[in-house]
Amino acid sequence: MRTNFLFGAVVLVLASGVACRQDMHDQPKYIPLRPTDFFADGRSERQLIDGTVARGHLNDDAVYFDGKTADGKAVEQFPFPVTKDVILRGQTRYNVYCAPCHDRLGEGNGMVVRRGYRHPPSYHIGRLRQAADGYIFDVITNGFGAMPDYAAQIPVRDRWTIVAYVRALQLSHNASVNDVPADARGQLDHPTPVPGGEK
Amino acid sequence: MAQIFHHSTNTFARITIFGAVFILAFLGWAFDTLNRSAYSTRATQPREQPVPFSHAHHVGAIGIDCRYCHTTVETSGFANIPPTKTCMNCHSQIWLTSPTLEPVRASFRTGESIRWTRVNDLPDFVYFNHSIHVNKGVGCESCHGRVDQMPLTWQENSLQMEWCLNCHRNPEKYVRPREFITKMGYQPDGDQDTIGRQLVKEYGIQDARTLTSCSICHR
Ligand code: HEC
Ligand code: HEC
Ligand code: HEC
Ligand code: HEC
Ligand code: HEC
Ligand code: HEC
Repeated sequence: MRTNFLFGAVVLVLASGVACRQDMHDQPKYIPLRPTDFFADGRSERQLIDGTVARGHLNDDAVYFDGKTADGKAVEQFPFPVTKDVILRGQTRYNVYCAPCHDRLGEGNGMVVRRGYRHPPSYHIGRLRQAADGYIFDVITNGFGAMPDYAAQIPVRDRWTIVAYVRALQLSHNASVNDVPADARGQLDHPTPVPGGEK
Repeated sequence: MAQIFHHSTNTFARITIFGAVFILAFLGWAFDTLNRSAYSTRATQPREQPVPFSHAHHVGAIGIDCRYCHTTVETSGFANIPPTKTCMNCHSQIWLTSPTLEPVRASFRTGESIRWTRVNDLPDFVYFNHSIHVNKGVGCESCHGRVDQMPLTWQENSLQMEWCLNCHRNPEKYVRPREFITKMGYQPDGDQDTIGRQLVKEYGIQDARTLTSCSICHR
């Protein structure tokens, strides 16, 4: 009887010790960015070896992926139809990735510029209004002068949507009353502040 | 044989038998409270980082959107910690000489990763996915708190199963329109109950029975 009791107590103590093991909490598997001892640089995520192409990522459509025609000139035409959805998507992406420097209106007075970053040109100068779509795409993809490139942060399609939105911004700054649909002109007399405008 | 214990010691016996109930209940309560406390979940404790990166500066003061750095949060399960290149987008020109940023510059020069300390860490047997939450209108703030006011990042909530379930049972109390997912200090434009119920329908969020079944999170 007494030994049984002792045995039970020992089992209980051992069992409660088992519950403290963390094996299932910290499994020997790699979740994103978990370090490893196996490779010298400590990264479990390996970089692609130069020259490898993942299936479906040959990216040989230069117009779409580089914004360039076969002879290396910036494309003038969008590689896919621009719909309202494309521009709205571009708006959200622009506000995330470009507005810190170029501000929401494209004048180039973003918060980071106010803290000492080089002042980018306004999108509304003649040279940039005349620039080809493919040129703006190229600036995002490869950077330009003091501007860093955004190839790693923004997927290709989103870059194009941003180009569409920059075009919309440029249009909006040089619009006349005639560009407004006739049935909406009445609203012009009561301008409402743009939602999400300059903070 | 003489009695070992006098009559009067019966009182002690009664007290111990009666008291044991309370002592056990107290131990249970103490264990439970300790288990849920911020002390054991490490919630609200700022973590030391190799670079004192401040969300309060970058999000609160400059207003950079979360997705500028946490780029994959909408498309993948993992939110992504930005690579050094992302920091250098700006810090190649501003705060160039700041000694606090030396580890960032060193990492950029040598290609060595900066080793950030994990803040939110679920056990490996739990499956979590950012994209589903973000695309169904659960804002960063609902889970991570006011990140824009954190000088050093801390974990806001317990991240215990109870906490996940609490929302999975009543998502309408937390969901917001998708365009506000990264907004900090979001106030619903009206009554959260009405808006929430409408959004739950619009985004097709499943019922509590499905969302609390074990295989959703333990798969
Ligand atoms: C970190 C700040 C910063 C961010 C973010 C930024 N830019 Fe720029 N951008 C600049 C600066 C600075 C210049 C001027 C570069 C120069 O003249 O050396 C510039 C210039 C440009 C130009 C004009 C190039 C020319 O020919 O003069 C375009 C177009 C442009 N940026 C588009 C974008 C787009 C689109 C985004 C968002 C994907 C973006 N930028 C994000 C800083 C930034
Ligand atoms: C300028 C880049 C940047 C921006 C913008 C940014 N973060 Fe971060 N975030 C980081 C870095 C770097 C870390 C890792 C260091 C740390 O934990 O403080 C981090 C860590 C975190 C963590 C903790 C990760 C972990 O280890 O568990 C959370 C949560 C987080 N960020 C949420 C947000 C939210 C929400 C926003 C938008 C309100 C945001 N971040 C905006 C760069 C950024
Ligand atoms: C979009 C531009 C931008 C990006 C990207 C950015 N920062 Fe900053 N950072 C700033 C600005 C602007 C300040 C100054 C903040 C202020 O004045 O309130 C700053 C300040 C800092 C400081 C404080 C410097 C000091 O000496 O006190 C640290 C540390 C810092 N950043 C780290 C980082 C790290 C790490 C990353 C990458 C995850 C990063 N930053 C990415 C713009 C940026
Ligand atoms: C439903 C709750 C929830 C929401 C909403 C949420 N997070 Fe998280 N986040 C978590 C949890 C839980 C973890 C820990 C994940 C783990 O340990 O596997 C985490 C981890 C992170 C990390 C660390 C890297 C990772 O993925 O493990 C970052 C960065 C982060 N969150 C940023 C964000 C940002 C930015 C948003 C908003 C766009 C956001 N989170 C929305 C719950 C949430
Ligand atoms: C603030 C609310 C909230 C919190 C907190 C929360 N979730 Fe969710 N979760 C949701 C919503 C809303 C959905 C979308 C459900 C749907 O699509 O039907 C979801 C979906 C999920 C899904 C995908 C469900 C599926 O259909 O496959 C997983 C997995 C999940 N959550 C895990 C977690 C885990 C793990 C935690 C705790 C660390 C957590 N969630 C915390 C609101 C929340
Ligand atoms: C919404 C997501 C979610 C659902 C649904 C869920 N769990 Fe969990 N579960 C978690 C999380 C998160 C943890 C980790 C808690 C912690 O770290 O303290 C956990 C932990 C546990 C643990 C504790 C393991 C340990 O060693 O601490 C058990 C047991 C468990 N879950 C069983 C279940 C069962 C049984 C069900 C179905 C009735 C279930 N879970 C449904 C999210 C979930």
